[in-house]
Formats: sequence, C-alpha cells, structure tokens
Amino acid sequence: MIHFDRFMLDNGLRVLVHEDHDTPMAVVNVMYDVGARDEHPDRTGFAHLFEHLMFGGSKNIPDYDEPLQRAGGENNAYTTNDLTNYYCQLPAKNLETAFWLESDRMMELAFTKKSLNVQRKVVCEEFKEHYLNKPYGDIWHRMRALCYQVHPYRWMTIGQELSHVEKASMEDVRSFFFKHYRPANAILVVAGAVTTEQVKGLANKWFGNIPSGEKYLRSLPAEPVQTASRHTDVFADVPANALIMAWHMDARLEQGYYAADLITEILGGGNSSRLYHALVKEQKIFSALEVHHFGSTDKGLVALESRLVDGVSHEKAKAALEAELDRLINNAIPEAELEKVKNKTESMIVFEDMSLTNRAASLAHYELLGDASLMNTELDRYRSVTVEDIINTGNNIFRKENSNTMFYHAGKPSHA
Amino acid sequence: MQLHLPPYQQFTLRNGVPVYTIEAGSQDVVQVEILFYAGLWHEDFPLQAATTNFLLKNGTRTKTSFQLNEQVEYYGAYLNRGCFNDVANITLHCLKKHLTELLPVLSEILTESVFPEDELGIYRNNQLQRLNINLQKCDFVANRLMDVYLYGEQHPYGRFSTAEGYEAITREQLLSFYEKYYVHGSCMILVSGRLPADLQQQLESCLGDLPLKGKKPGEKTHAMIPAQQRTYRIINDAQGIQGAIRMACPSPYRKHPDFVGLQVLNHILGGYFSSRLMSNIREDKGYTYGIHSYIHSHLHEGSWHISTEAGREVCEAAIVEIYKEMELLRKEEVGKEELDNVRNYMIGGLMGDLDGPFQIMSRWKTYLLNELPDHYFDESVATIRNMTPQRLQELANLYLKPETFYELVVV
Repeated sequence: MIHFDRFMLDNGLRVLVHEDHDTPMAVVNVMYDVGARDEHPDRTGFAHLFEHLMFGGSKNIPDYDEPLQRAGGENNAYTTNDLTNYYCQLPAKNLETAFWLESDRMMELAFTKKSLNVQRKVVCEEFKEHYLNKPYGDIWHRMRALCYQVHPYRWMTIGQELSHVEKASMEDVRSFFFKHYRPANAILVVAGAVTTEQVKGLANKWFGNIPSGEKYLRSLPAEPVQTASRHTDVFADVPANALIMAWHMDARLEQGYYAADLITEILGGGNSSRLYHALVKEQKIFSALEVHHFGSTDKGLVALESRLVDGVSHEKAKAALEAELDRLINNAIPEAELEKVKNKTESMIVFEDMSLTNRAASLAHYELLGDASLMNTELDRYRSVTVEDIINTGNNIFRKENSNTMFYHAGKPSHA
Repeated sequence: MQLHLPPYQQFTLRNGVPVYTIEAGSQDVVQVEILFYAGLWHEDFPLQAATTNFLLKNGTRTKTSFQLNEQVEYYGAYLNRGCFNDVANITLHCLKKHLTELLPVLSEILTESVFPEDELGIYRNNQLQRLNINLQKCDFVANRLMDVYLYGEQHPYGRFSTAEGYEAITREQLLSFYEKYYVHGSCMILVSGRLPADLQQQLESCLGDLPLKGKKPGEKTHAMIPAQQRTYRIINDAQGIQGAIRMACPSPYRKHPDFVGLQVLNHILGGYFSSRLMSNIREDKGYTYGIHSYIHSHLHEGSWHISTEAGREVCEAAIVEIYKEMELLRKEEVGKEELDNVRNYMIGGLMGDLDGPFQIMSRWKTYLLNELPDHYFDESVATIRNMTPQRLQELANLYLKPETFYELVVV
C-alpha cells in the first residue's frame, strides 16, 4: 500500500506527496502530459528533443545540473510516446534546491540558440547510436509504421527520420513549451523524507505564481480496427533471420489490458514460459525470443521479437509460433500456470516499489492516467483475471486479421 | 551530512562458509547471493567458467531445466547467475514468504547439476549466432580489443569469446570446473532484505552440509602481456556512421591507497553529467550522445577507461579534445567551485546508493571481495571530503599521462 496526499495549486498544478521517513533522500518528479503522440507528423522526435533542451538552462538559472549536483542530487528524464518525465533525487534536507530548479524551468526556458544547435546534434548521434548504426536497429521504426496507419504511435519517440530533428526551429521550441509545459498539464510528485505540510508550502512558494496555461485537450485520430493481416519483408546485412510479429491490444485502462499483460508473461516471461520452452529449447527453431507489450495509454501492441536458428525458414518459424498461439487460445490454461504468472506479477510490483524513484514516477503516471490510487489496486486487477479472460483476450488479440508480420532476412554474412 | 554504512551481521555455516547479512528495507523481499571464486581467472579452457555458470540451472539428476525454472518462477522468484573476471555468482530474489520453498533449489543446483549435452548444444549454437551479431557492433568490438591491448589475449581480463572457443568447449570441461569450483568451491553467502527469524537454520539445513569451502582458493597467477603499439584505427563496418572511441591505461585498483582520490579525479574528467568530457564533447560540440570515463577495478589489476560513440567524421576531433582535457587537469588546479560540486555530488550519490538493502550489501560485497577493512567506507568518505585541488593535480600528473594510454577507434 503506497500512501499519498494530493492537492492542487490555484494554477492547476497537481501535487502528490508520498512520505517515507525510512530514507534520508527525497525525490522530486515532474511529469508533463506530452509525448511523441502529440507531435506533428512532419516534426517527429520533437518531444524528445525538447526533453534535452530542458537541461539547457532556464530563465534565471543558466545550468540545471550544476546546482543540483552541488546539492548532492542526481537527475534524469525520459520521453515516451505518451508522456515526458523528469526526476531528481537528492538529500531531503536540500529539497528546496529541487523546487527552485524545477519551477524555474516550468516558468520559462532560456531558449538559447547554442543549446538548440548542440542538442540537435546530440540527438542525431543518439539516433545513430541506438537505431541506425546497429544491426536490427530499424525494426521498430518499420513495425510501428506497419501496425499503425493513422495513430501517431506510427513513429518512435526518437523521431521518424534524422531530418525532422535537424529541422527543428527556435519557433517550434517556444510554441511547444508554452503549449505543453504549463502547470495545467503537469503533475508534481514529491516523495521521501518530506511532509505534506512542507511540500504545500514549497509548492505554493515556487510553483504558485507560474501562469496556469491552457489545459491541453488531446484529440488524436483513433486507429481503425485492423481487418486484414499485414506483412513486410526486410533485407539487411545481418547474420541471422529474425521474425517480428505484433498484434493490437486494449488501451491501458481497458478491461483486456491486464489479461494481455499476463498473456505476454505466459508466452515469453522467463525460461519456463511457453514459447521459450517449446520453440527455443524443445523444437530448436528460435535462437532468442522475447514477448512484451507496449503498456501504452492508447491502444497498444503485443509484440514478439525473435531470431531464428540458422537454416530455419521464416515460414516454418511462423507456423510453429502459431501452433503455440492456437494452443493458448483453444485450451483452458492450467490454474497453476495462471497462478505462476500472477505470482510473478506480484513480485515484480514489490521489487519495483523498493525504489523511491520508481514509487514517485508510478504515482505520477497513475495520476496522469486519471487517479494515483489506481496504483494500489493494480495487483487486485491482475489477481481477478480468470482462465476465461485469458482465452477471450487471447482470441481477441491473436486473430489472423489483427496480425502484423515482419520477415527480417539476413544478408551476406560479411563479418563471419 | 551524516553518512553511515549500516554494518553487516555475520555467522559461519557448519562447513565453514561465511554468511553476511543486512536486514533493511520496507518491502518483504530477500536476496540471497552465493559468490564463488569461479570467474575467468580460474578457468583452464576458454569459456569454461562462463559456460559452466550459465548452464548451472539447466538440469539436475532429477529435474529438467524447464522443471527447475518453473519451480522458481511459480513463486515469482528470480534465479540468476553471472560470471565475471574474478568471481561468479548465483543470485536468488524472492518474496520473504517464499524463501523456505526456494532455498532447496540452490542446494540442488550446487550438488546435482548434470550439464546435459543437449543443453550445451543449444547454448553453443545460440551463443555463436549472438556473437556474430555482436561482432557487427563497433562498441562491442572496441571493448574487446581494448582489454586485449591492456592485458594480452591470454590473460583472463583480456580474453574474449570466439567461435573456436564455443566449438571446442565440452561437457567434460564443464563437469570438472563444476566439481572443483562449485561443488567443492570456495564461496561466501550474502543475504539482504527482510530476513526470516530462522534464516541461519534454513541456510544450515540447505547448504551447511554441502562440501563447499569458506576459505579462498590458492591463487593462480597470470602473466600480463600488454600491447606495444599504442594507437589503433579499425574499420569493422565500411558503411558505419559512428566510431567507437576507446582510450585506456593501467591504473591503481581498489586496494591501492590512491584509488578513492583517483575516483574523484575520474568524476571530474568523465564520471558524471557535468564532467569535463561531457561538457566539452557533448554539451559544447555535440559530437556524441554521451562520453564517460571509469575505473575498472578487478581483484588483481585496474584500468582507467574513456569511452564514447561519436559521429564518424568527428572522431579524430573528439580525441584531440580528450587529450586537451587531460592536459588541463595536469597543468591547472581544479577550481574550488567545481571541486565542491563533485564532492557534494559524490557524497549525495553515496547516500542515495545506500538507500535499500541490496545496495548496502553490494557495497559490502566489494569490500569483502577486496578484503578491505570495515572502516574503508568511512575513510573513503573522508578522502572525498578532504580532497584538495593540489592533490588532484598531483594525481593527474601521476596517472593521467597520455603516453600510457592506448587509443582506439572502431568504425
């Protein structure tokens, strides 16, 4: 049970406080309700580029990192397709330093040319390092575009292409900031050796005078239900064939989400999972495989990523995989196996919640989804999934017409 | 700022194996790590240590690999193993309430593992494929080569996996390594989290009668054969758009009196976000997504590394800047403000690092393995707090010498 208090400032900033006096540390987490899905199709990668600019100095503070480090703090940030999150951890006695830093950059960024120029280059190098200069690095760029025809989950947070990032202008930066980085679109979570009273005082003092801004109302094109299976072939200079498949699944707050999450565990979680056991160990068709889902706010994807044993054809691998999926959706799962994946989920939650930083980010995320107290009912939702739910959700996900397949073909083995 | 490393409790099992425990944390979880002197340092054949470690839980006399995994995963637990240069481990993470059901799995894999030929075959084929993929990556190739330059390819710290090694490894080699370094191996046990009241009895009954040893094994020695040539440029992928830059030199390791001071210097050079290298090469020039420096402290040697992936066309310019930053640290004293920053950052980091039972234990593990005194932590904190610009400059002149660095770019 994660305890928290919640209040709202007059400017609309939502504030959550999670007291934990077993630690000498405090975490300040600011989540903004903007992610890659909010970008214009011709300006992709912008939310993430912007995250970099948030460290390039604000109105009154030329450098974010230095004063935080001086206060014994550490920080980082991440951007997803749904949201952008900034967090720092520091000794609780220096808490106010974090308020000063975070509020100044919510008030207004410095918007320097130098920062924009440099960070455009830095992000291009990040793009190259993680996606371009790496075997199989293009899989999810291509898969997203295959699976989503209209929803902005079509592109990755890093952006669709380098040129979008290279073209970002100062005007884009300013308007993005004043549209999305306003108190009305943010959630502040303070956790650790702090008190709610103390946080109320500090929040009003530092964030209270920031103009509220307009609440951003999202209206994204819904992805139409997929009605025919899709297939793509990729040829690249890699050593091994790969098979990637993805199926649409329920959104984060829909009923089928929990069963879908458990299904990914049943299929690919750990060495006793079905696919690992049947396809890697027994049939020796796959050399590596992974099943996961995107956990996204809007309708997401269940994904299988795998590499094939040398000499195995894509067709044979896909047939073997589909046989396992058929087994899942045509037969009741044994109670003990369902119990196993629920137990795994329980312990995953407990281990995740060990870290103060994770607790703060989870509270912010659930609040963004609608209500932070969802965090405390998650396990019950997983526990209440039945054998029938697994069959029904499985049948719904693994329909042929809901599938997207990529055959990734190994080219000449130039590095043998 | 009060900074305190909570002490461990210790007891010894009937067979002489020492157990160290840390009771802390608010979640009901436990971590049990058995740490063996079974790293690459101890192997007689390439890949013998790593393969034995990997296949430990892939079958016993009475259970298949699947059954073992299922038993662990049923309780939502994680049974991991890892093999490193000096040591290797088996680690169990579970909810406190399930420890009793899971400890017997540990004793089973430490007495009855059989390393089935079929499991070895699957492992071999899949690793070969993975190796071929990794060999396409400039960072992977660069890391391996740098260790060869520093230590020589026969040395355990310089040795790397090869296709020939995977082809040659046999089940008999695994069984003999298992017998010597696990079944009759030297080890210590580290337990942290919320601990059951009868932990000692539970460990005694599962592990106390096994033929494990508590004493360190007799030391093997290995000759280092560092490379003569200092500078290397390698094209691994003609189409590559980035280069992996690696620079490294031998350096003091954990037991050396200068180690902690050197860590302060390393932070300033490339050990945190506001380091000189990050500020110059990322935040000013935009040559890279990240550049870092770090000290690898093995049990027997140490080395200081600088590492980045930079745009292919700016690699040489980045290297020029790296040498400039080294020279600056040798020529000029670090400013008081910068030193304050890094000092506070390191102390705050230590404080954050100690937040949680596993983290506390991880620090003790380093000290225990290096046979450092219990007051090492307090001394390190004092060294960080008392560091001066003069001392940092001395250290830079002692250890940050360009002529001792190997320099490598792999595209």
